Amino acid sequence: MIRVHPLMPESRAVTPRDLAWLAVSLTLVIAPHAEHAPWWTSAFALCLLGWRATIAVNGLRTPARWVPAALAVLGMAGIWLEYGTLFGRDAGIALLVLFAGLKLLEMRSHRDATVVVLLCYFLIITNFLFTQSIPTALLMCVALLVITAALVSFNAPQRAVVADARVAAMLLLHAIPLAALLFVLFPRVQGPLWRLPQDANAGTTGLSETMSPGTLSQLSQSDAIAFRALFSGPVPQRHQLYWRGPVFWDYDGHTWRNGSAERLVEFELAGGEARYTYAVILEPHQRNWLFALEMPERLPRRAWLTGDGQLISFAPVRTRLRYEMASLAGARLADEESPDALRRALRLPPGFNPRARALAETWRRGAPSGAQIVLVALRYLREGGFEYTLQPPLLGRDSVDEFLFSTRAGFCEHYASAFVFLMRAAGLPARVVTGYQGGEVNPVDGQLTVRQADAHAWAEVYLPDRGWARVDPTAAVAPIRLDGGLADAIPQSGQLPLLLRTGIPDWVRSMRNNWEAVANQWNLWVLGYNTERQREFLNRLGMTDTDWKELALMLLTSVALVLALLVAWSLRGLRRADAAHTAWIAFCAKLKARGIERAPQEGPRDFAARAAARLPSRRAEIEAVRDLYIVLRYGPVAPASEISRLRRMVRGFAPA
Amino acid sequence: MLRATLRRPRFRRWFYGYAPPERGAIVLRQRRVYILPTRLGLMFGATVLILLVGSINYVLSLGFALTFLLAGMAIAGMVHTVRNLLRLSIHAGRVEPVFAGDAAQFRLFLENADPYERVAILVRHDASGAQTVLDVPAGASAAAVLPVPAQRRGWLPIGRVTLETRYPLGLFRAWSHVEPELRALVYPRPETAALPQPSPDSSAGNARLTARGTDDFSGLRAYQVSDSPRHVAWKAVARSEDMLTKQFAGQSSAELWLDWTLLPPEMDLERRLSRLAGWALAAERAGARYGLRIPGSELPPAHGDAQLSCCLAALALCALPGGDTMRNSSAR
Repeated sequence: MIRVHPLMPESRAVTPRDLAWLAVSLTLVIAPHAEHAPWWTSAFALCLLGWRATIAVNGLRTPARWVPAALAVLGMAGIWLEYGTLFGRDAGIALLVLFAGLKLLEMRSHRDATVVVLLCYFLIITNFLFTQSIPTALLMCVALLVITAALVSFNAPQRAVVADARVAAMLLLHAIPLAALLFVLFPRVQGPLWRLPQDANAGTTGLSETMSPGTLSQLSQSDAIAFRALFSGPVPQRHQLYWRGPVFWDYDGHTWRNGSAERLVEFELAGGEARYTYAVILEPHQRNWLFALEMPERLPRRAWLTGDGQLISFAPVRTRLRYEMASLAGARLADEESPDALRRALRLPPGFNPRARALAETWRRGAPSGAQIVLVALRYLREGGFEYTLQPPLLGRDSVDEFLFSTRAGFCEHYASAFVFLMRAAGLPARVVTGYQGGEVNPVDGQLTVRQADAHAWAEVYLPDRGWARVDPTAAVAPIRLDGGLADAIPQSGQLPLLLRTGIPDWVRSMRNNWEAVANQWNLWVLGYNTERQREFLNRLGMTDTDWKELALMLLTSVALVLALLVAWSLRGLRRADAAHTAWIAFCAKLKARGIERAPQEGPRDFAARAAARLPSRRAEIEAVRDLYIVLRYGPVAPASEISRLRRMVRGFAPA
Repeated sequence: MLRATLRRPRFRRWFYGYAPPERGAIVLRQRRVYILPTRLGLMFGATVLILLVGSINYVLSLGFALTFLLAGMAIAGMVHTVRNLLRLSIHAGRVEPVFAGDAAQFRLFLENADPYERVAILVRHDASGAQTVLDVPAGASAAAVLPVPAQRRGWLPIGRVTLETRYPLGLFRAWSHVEPELRALVYPRPETAALPQPSPDSSAGNARLTARGTDDFSGLRAYQVSDSPRHVAWKAVARSEDMLTKQFAGQSSAELWLDWTLLPPEMDLERRLSRLAGWALAAERAGARYGLRIPGSELPPAHGDAQLSCCLAALALCALPGGDTMRNSSAR
């Protein structure tokens, strides 16, 4: 006779309660995607959920097989229309959400339900492609708890919801030490293992290899953190905090381009006022630039310096990166600039901005030296009635002309771009430098936080006697930009992100500072835990030069140790229950050695009476053991001291 | 040769940690609790592996955390699954005799001395597939009743019983085999065809059984413990609170021998035993005093449930090896 196995998922039907568990699980894992996925995928999944709930509550039949199949085709068509592909990050996630909803719809037995559970576990990780913040981690824990409770409830259909949740919480709690060990010791391989989909890291903000009007003002709307710096000495003055990034040489009338730059094998600095040493924790921005105060004195690992002073990493910064830096403020590269480079720094697109060219021509004729031309230009910007704004009017073809002579309103990129154009037109080699300017010290952990809103563009001019010199035309127009930051420089704070505005209450600011200090530790130790951090951490524990074999061995031993503890925990209290009996067995063995053997059916009273009759001199001892044993074995729960008393009595008993 | 070795109790004791049948309480120790992943467990493992590769590839630290939490949970779940079965003790309960063709209701008690609940334990009789799922609360015991079809008369040992659990996650399946010393007495299947009343045994000089009066109701009397439940006047019990027994005219008025030799000589053993069992039941129903005479045993005439079960037991074990152990086992 073949019977169904009642514990197999295949043989158990799905109940409304199971469905409720799954609905909550699925909602928890797809809710974070609602923010960036197209609205209809979430709505689609919710509709499927509602449909299945109606079926379960009213005891209807699940739809025929072709219905989910047809819906799947429909959904895939929708995703194709939305993304133009079925692969890649976003389309893949939308597909997974769709399939989870469909599996729910066609679910009949617990086998289908467990597939949904596994899908839910998998969907958790998809959210990490977008954010890995502390709230996300907490949400992950909640989702894990609920999904696991769902799995537990499948395996014990009769129990209360609270009992299932408690078991799931206990499992999660037991998993934490193992997970922590694995997290710390599991050999970390630096990914990626294969080429990532095109859109894998879409949507991250940061500086780019081109600059056109609007590039930086758009970036300034974001209060996302670009990087943090922890100075080992005093933090430099705000006007010294120029974090150098991409340098632009080539201009086509509208856009500045980064172009190629020679790679310096070794370099020397000239001049310089003060040396600063600090560590930078750079947020991933998918490009190769590393940011450092002007000018970097040493190189981070796996990075080089270009002839125009850009720090370039070997690989794009895809994960949070920490590097130690030292900079010499006010210094410049000692090498002579090549004539080729100087010619490049003078090139202008022909036929653009005739009025600006004419203006520069008058300056060149009027001023004897390059330095004086710079001063004239700065005065022009300061006194020309220019306005510093995040939302400048749109510019046409001759953008520099329009900016200089009609709109007179712009953001740092407008000023830098126009200034370099003027300098080149006046015969001075010049280039645009972008990066970040300023930053804010978090009083909680003393770290300097630099945000995307601090993105800045300035100019460098080549003066024959001084080499490349930094000139910040924005400072001429809005000097407060350097002293007080963006928030002070922009009159209408409404354009700024909330946390950058002036006049927000102190407690909000201090809460933000505390939060960011915690988040920074989180970034550093949890999210930034990579191959190097692992090595560093193990070194700190006194394990130097660990290769993956030693690591694996260590991992296995420690996991085995934790497992042993877990087993010991799960069997706790068992030994004590048997201890009285064990002592009694030992007692019987001692008597057996004297030829008094307990018959299998003989109880302690009968046996003790018989033994006492055979050994009258030991009567008192035998009866004491008997009485205590009976109390411990058959009485209410006794304290552990009583059990050890029984053990001592048995050990001290010597019938011979 | 190999098979013989494998079946030898000493080998089984060494290899499995026990040798059937096991007397007394059977405690499931580590040695005899096995565990393997289920299909879901394998799928879960594959999911964790995919998560790991994804975490490495996209350099997701939280992905690593998720992966390792899931792996840790699976391992913790494995310990919990074993723990759900470990140290459970199994006691053989009683099993009522049945007629061949009916199902013997084997009763096993699962005793849980530990301070945690044992959840969703499947108890399955391997040979017949009879099964039940039960929970055993902390510090309590629960009874598992396994209805096993009894095919042949004689002793029906319970055989191997599997205890299995997949709680809490269903990723692992822990199981253990036990073979308690528990056996059911299976009576011969009584012949239900219309039976001729046996002729009086002249040699014993007993009175003839009068067919008249078998069903003649003559009145009610107070219930005595030895009365057959068949004769309790249940309708009367339902009205009043007292147990009453129906009395029939002619009850205990006759005495007869159910004798092996009264049966046609060409009848085979099993048919004879079936016929005799049917007679015994009929005689008991008729309220007669009856004795049994078969090769190897003779039961003096008496009446009542005790006599009926003695007769049926003698018939069940007639001409079987080990049939003489009946008294021992019924004393157990």
